[in-house]
Amino acid sequence: MSSQRAEGLSMKTSHAVVPTPPAETPATPPERPAAKPPTARRKASLERLHSVLGMVGLGFFNPLIRMARGENPRAQLTELWKALGAPLIAIAIFLFAWSRLSAGIETSLGQIPGPAAVWQQAGALWADHKAERLKEEEFYVRQEKRLTERLARDPKADATIRKYTGKPTYIDQIGTSLKTVFTGFLLATLVAVPVGILCGLSTSINAALNPLIQIFKPVSPLAWLPIVTMLVSALYVSSDPLFPKSFLNSAITVMLCSLWPTIINTSLGVASIDKDLLNVAKVLQLPWPVRLFKLVVPSSLPLIFTGLRLSLSVGWMVLIAAEMLAQNPGLGKFVWDEFQNGSSDSLGRIMVAVFTIGFIGFLLDRVMLTLQNLFSFGRR
Amino acid sequence: MRTLVMMAMLGLAAGAPAAELKLEKEQIRLGFIKLTDMAPLAIAYEKGYFEDEGLYVTLEPQANWKVILDRVITGELDGAHMLAGQPLGATIGFGTKADVITAYSMDLNGNATTVSNEVWNAMKANVPADAKGLPVHPIKAEALKPVVDSFRAAGKPFKMAMVFPVSTHNYELRYWLAAGGLNPGFYSASDVSGQIKADVLLSVTPPPQMPATLEAGTINGYCVGEPWNQQAIMKGVGVPIVTDLEIWKNNPEKVFGVTKAWAEKNPNTHLAIIKALMRAGMWLDANNGANRKEAAQILSRAEYVGADYRVIANSMTGTFEYGRGDKRSMPDFNVFFRYNATYPFYSDAVWFLTQMRRWGQIPDSKSDEWFRDTAKQVYRPDIYLKAAQLLVDEGKAKREDFPWNSDGYRPPSKEFIDGIEYDGRKPNAYLTQFKIGLQNGQKVEGGNVVAAR
Repeated sequence: MSSQRAEGLSMKTSHAVVPTPPAETPATPPERPAAKPPTARRKASLERLHSVLGMVGLGFFNPLIRMARGENPRAQLTELWKALGAPLIAIAIFLFAWSRLSAGIETSLGQIPGPAAVWQQAGALWADHKAERLKEEEFYVRQEKRLTERLARDPKADATIRKYTGKPTYIDQIGTSLKTVFTGFLLATLVAVPVGILCGLSTSINAALNPLIQIFKPVSPLAWLPIVTMLVSALYVSSDPLFPKSFLNSAITVMLCSLWPTIINTSLGVASIDKDLLNVAKVLQLPWPVRLFKLVVPSSLPLIFTGLRLSLSVGWMVLIAAEMLAQNPGLGKFVWDEFQNGSSDSLGRIMVAVFTIGFIGFLLDRVMLTLQNLFSFGRR
Repeated sequence: MRTLVMMAMLGLAAGAPAAELKLEKEQIRLGFIKLTDMAPLAIAYEKGYFEDEGLYVTLEPQANWKVILDRVITGELDGAHMLAGQPLGATIGFGTKADVITAYSMDLNGNATTVSNEVWNAMKANVPADAKGLPVHPIKAEALKPVVDSFRAAGKPFKMAMVFPVSTHNYELRYWLAAGGLNPGFYSASDVSGQIKADVLLSVTPPPQMPATLEAGTINGYCVGEPWNQQAIMKGVGVPIVTDLEIWKNNPEKVFGVTKAWAEKNPNTHLAIIKALMRAGMWLDANNGANRKEAAQILSRAEYVGADYRVIANSMTGTFEYGRGDKRSMPDFNVFFRYNATYPFYSDAVWFLTQMRRWGQIPDSKSDEWFRDTAKQVYRPDIYLKAAQLLVDEGKAKREDFPWNSDGYRPPSKEFIDGIEYDGRKPNAYLTQFKIGLQNGQKVEGGNVVAAR
């Protein structure tokens, strides 16, 4: 990450670059003779790739690009070792230690699975997903046949197509989890950003809300969930609900736990706006919406995004616990169900889920980091 | 005669067997607990019996029995795999009060009691052995009594788990303990822990967590359905000592429960579900259990029971393993259709009600008529026979497989571990035969059994 900061890339260019895919191939010319312009083009595209990678937080590939660009190879090698070599070796040592240590631990569900067993379970889950999709297709074929027969008997009969009734696969569960976490996160953002701006603008409001924020901030999702469950079942009464209750329970719990970092960072961002700017606005007698949207929000965006990034990672962590308890069909429920199944594959499958959760958490963080960088207009 | 009336009642359907039932609701969500006796639901789904009825069913595993009952009552689930005592308990208002009915009994037997290795080693000396050195079954609770006494002498409580206060397991375990001279404790209106005056403290644990809780040492034994007893052997954390069919031969176990309001609103959907379940039950018991291996394979999938195939197959394929390697033939361990297993007998309901009264869940004495009327309110053989008639008309079931002329009471039976005769028509006379348990006119007050004023 340090390399990406040291490089000091211009935000303007990267802004323009984002939509173009960071591909090296189009730059390589088909013909040899015209050597000069392609090198320049290649250099430019390398430059772009470099800045994009830096911005999305994949800066550890950059030494390779710099080497390709012909910068001091020796320095790049040291950099490469630090950014790529060392982590890869650490991962290798981790895998080795894991496979050695796991073989020695006997639980009542059999041995703790090693990397190979976990990989195998990941494959099994994928195969299971494909098999389920096949079953789904057959289901629709059968249904269509039945409905045509029914219509043949009675043309006025009800022939609504019913949705597939099979179980959600692992991939579906990942989808539900993502949907839930983003719903909760969106709700949290809608509440937290305005509240944070209010707190930042007025010291009185800040003083008033601060104790509440400090008290609710450390509360665990496990404590919120029973209250949320009761509230949802009391208030959300409908015979044909748009969202399942378990989904709302988990999403609202995620929201309650991920509000706080955004509120705190937003108010901090707003409070630390350059006073000169505000004074100028006063002198110019700018109306308050203009002041808010042209001045306050843009200049506090970097900290708002820092807050959002923290919120999303808290939300993702909370979600798994919430899903376990609310029985929302996502990754948390998957872990819980496998624990309940207690079969000899269960631990391996739970490990697959652990890695999936970690990997998705990492990706979410990178996405937020990218957004944060995009909105840090030349501040870095 | 009765069949004729039935035919007349069904008029249209009987005349045109091919006609599809007009379903009030096609998309159905049914709940279940991860136990092998949910098999009829899984089979009805996998074999397409639900779809044959035009039903689009989603099967959803639930966290525990309380959740299942609550979600059926709130309407999140249309119906569910339930403990036989749940519709009765809900109707009389023990726990959550709601009108829940059943028109289909899902299975007979299928439970066992397991104790930890420590307890088994201590009680083994009290159990007679056969020529091969294997313990002679059935093992009675007398063998456990010295162990419980030694726990108490050391100031340690002897704790066992069952799955729900109104579960078959609770009553079976209590029956077995009391038959061996151990008091499992009473309930009272103000204290629903069920541990008043108890020698053995019983508490609730969800079925799939039983082996883990036993392993953690929180409990010394438990009574639960399969595969969680076989799982204890496989994991080496405990030893199953007695099955429920040794406590009461061919006892009713799970039922398919729906709320009364739901059944009234969706009568044809209810019939369609029961028809599909009947066909699943027949499939499970067909040709002396020829399909059981396949059933065990289906149940071992993660979305159903999810335990290993060999664990599920142990009890599903006509055997039961008591100790590691001590596998015995037990063809009736799981019964899904034969012996009229699926007919909702009033006498079965009355038995559960007598046990609720025996242990104080029903705080005051009730008349024989009350037992009969409550049973008739909850158990609905009329709906069952309608569904059976439809299947017979469609040629999917045999007429002789159903007790058309039953008055709802099984003949009196002595096939209990203590040999006491049960006649469903005389519940109060039945209750007087027990040494441990509330007698007519008694109630529990302030932690003591007293005569009601």
